[in-house]
Amino acid sequence: MQIALFTEQILNGLQLGVMLFLMAAGLTLIFGVMGLINLAHGSLYMVGAFACAAVAAATGSFWLGLVASLAAAAAAGAIVEILVIRRLYEREHLDQVLATFALILVFSEGTRWLFGSFPLYLDIPVLLQGTVPLPGGSRYQLYRLAIIGVGIAVAVGLFLLISRTRLGMRIRAGESDREMIGALGVDIRTLYTVVFALGAALAGLAGAMVGALQSVQVGMGEPVLILAFVVIVIGGIGSIKGALVGALLVGLVDTMGRFLLPQVFGIFMDPSQAGLVGGALASMLIYIVMAVILAVRPQGLFPAMKG
Amino acid sequence: MAISRETVINLVLALLLLAIPFAAIQFGNPFYVTLATRMAILGLAAVGLNIALGLGGLVSFGHAAFFGVGGYAAGILASHAFSAQPLDFGILSVPGTTLMPIIWLVALGAGGLLAAGIGVISLRTSGVYFIMITLAFAQMTFYFAISWPAYGGEDGLSIIVRNSFPGVNTMVPLNYFLICYAVLMVALLVSAFIRDSRFGAALQAARQNEVRVASVGIAPFRIRLVAFVISGMITALAGALYADLNRFVSPSMLSWHMSGEFIVLIILGGVGRLYGPVAGAMLYVMFEFLLGGFTERWQLFLGLALLGVVLFARGGMLGLLAGKARHG
Repeated sequence: MQIALFTEQILNGLQLGVMLFLMAAGLTLIFGVMGLINLAHGSLYMVGAFACAAVAAATGSFWLGLVASLAAAAAAGAIVEILVIRRLYEREHLDQVLATFALILVFSEGTRWLFGSFPLYLDIPVLLQGTVPLPGGSRYQLYRLAIIGVGIAVAVGLFLLISRTRLGMRIRAGESDREMIGALGVDIRTLYTVVFALGAALAGLAGAMVGALQSVQVGMGEPVLILAFVVIVIGGIGSIKGALVGALLVGLVDTMGRFLLPQVFGIFMDPSQAGLVGGALASMLIYIVMAVILAVRPQGLFPAMKG
Repeated sequence: MAISRETVINLVLALLLLAIPFAAIQFGNPFYVTLATRMAILGLAAVGLNIALGLGGLVSFGHAAFFGVGGYAAGILASHAFSAQPLDFGILSVPGTTLMPIIWLVALGAGGLLAAGIGVISLRTSGVYFIMITLAFAQMTFYFAISWPAYGGEDGLSIIVRNSFPGVNTMVPLNYFLICYAVLMVALLVSAFIRDSRFGAALQAARQNEVRVASVGIAPFRIRLVAFVISGMITALAGALYADLNRFVSPSMLSWHMSGEFIVLIILGGVGRLYGPVAGAMLYVMFEFLLGGFTERWQLFLGLALLGVVLFARGGMLGLLAGKARHG
């Protein structure tokens, strides 16, 4: 039983990690290529979740909803890039923080205006309902396994995109010298819009997939955004590999901490006290891990080539 | 000595803020006294942040942590005084108190300690890393406050009777405004003193060119750390006042929206300007109040207005009124 519970928690940690990777990959890509810190990334996650829930409710198909979430988040990303973000690349980080903070307010209030204050609900698609057996006798939700699968597929796809395709070559070139690739005739403005929309689509996908596990509501993107920040700070800002390692680390440490710490404290404390101390410590654990990693390596685990 | 335009505007702002509650009482609208108190307290919090952000160029997205810690200092001490149970630190047990001066000292101390801890780690990094790390640490205190049930957890902690100040009845709104206003003025004096001191000169130089400062033999890290600690202490003091204004402390004081709001105040008023935070707080509270009365969706318009300021009106209100900041 204990083994089964343990496996289940490991899988939960992986699922959280994979989802964080989808968020962090976009953030780190946008920072790596454009040098922009985007607080509104959580809003794009929310847009994906709302688009999926609304389309799924209207058509009855989760899969159409998933397509809609990708399209809506990418479109929202592209529009925001063209209208606002484009003016921020040459600005200092303070302006970027503030403008994207303002975008959060606009997105959140706008969504509340369109959909009301009540959360929407999204059902798990029929194909992925049910559970699969785990070693040790317990069972695990098929849908969560599917999320892990999608995350791995996206990670592989992103790796291939960046290392094997022409677009990926341009992205890498844009990371190392944006003036040079402009001089070589690459349309940087379009490239930036495409990268931003790609990052937005990944966030939208994450939002849609998680939407079926939690309720879809305004503000759902913010806790995830901050975790994604922790991920890319740990992994090294601008590094996709760092985002993957950081995401899995944060996902596993957070989940296992909440599961194990109360039990560890239970060895030498009475149970209620142990739950209290363990729970409070578990909620801070990933930040402590982040602090330790930064104390040793201020640029994160996989520092990108340039600051 | 010629008086600059900015000095005149600063004086006008200070008098205007002082005049609001008196005018409010004159015209039988005592609610505006609370509004003016809010302006003074949020202004004070932003004065604290401005020392790190404006003078030092340290974009802290985690000042809500200090604001909240100050608030909890007030709340926790008052609740212990009220229940007559001393605070137990193992070997040492301390009675609670409802005396504001003592609460303020505790808030300053707690804010300073927390800022020192966060600063030592965060200041090893710079740029975007610094923004994200300060945000993450503030979020850590937020989750800690939520998951620690002793002082209300998620529900927050009420201060049953507003804490007292020797010789003043703090329950009278005007009196409480005057206390907050006086604290704000002292903080502005401290802020001006720091700006014009040798320390402040080194701090601003480190913002402009870190390598040069290091090459003349000044270690930027230590200067920044001291500035960050002072900054955190002032914001924590504002938190204690804010808790007493609302007679309530909750984790929302620690939330990252709060940190964002402080930055917004500074930008609205003008980065690095002495009275920038005050101007920003007055504008922000007024904006919130006017739009809030007009539409439920005021945050949408606030967001749009903010975008406009960032994209098109750099320099904030003082930049518009008093021209570019003089660098000297």
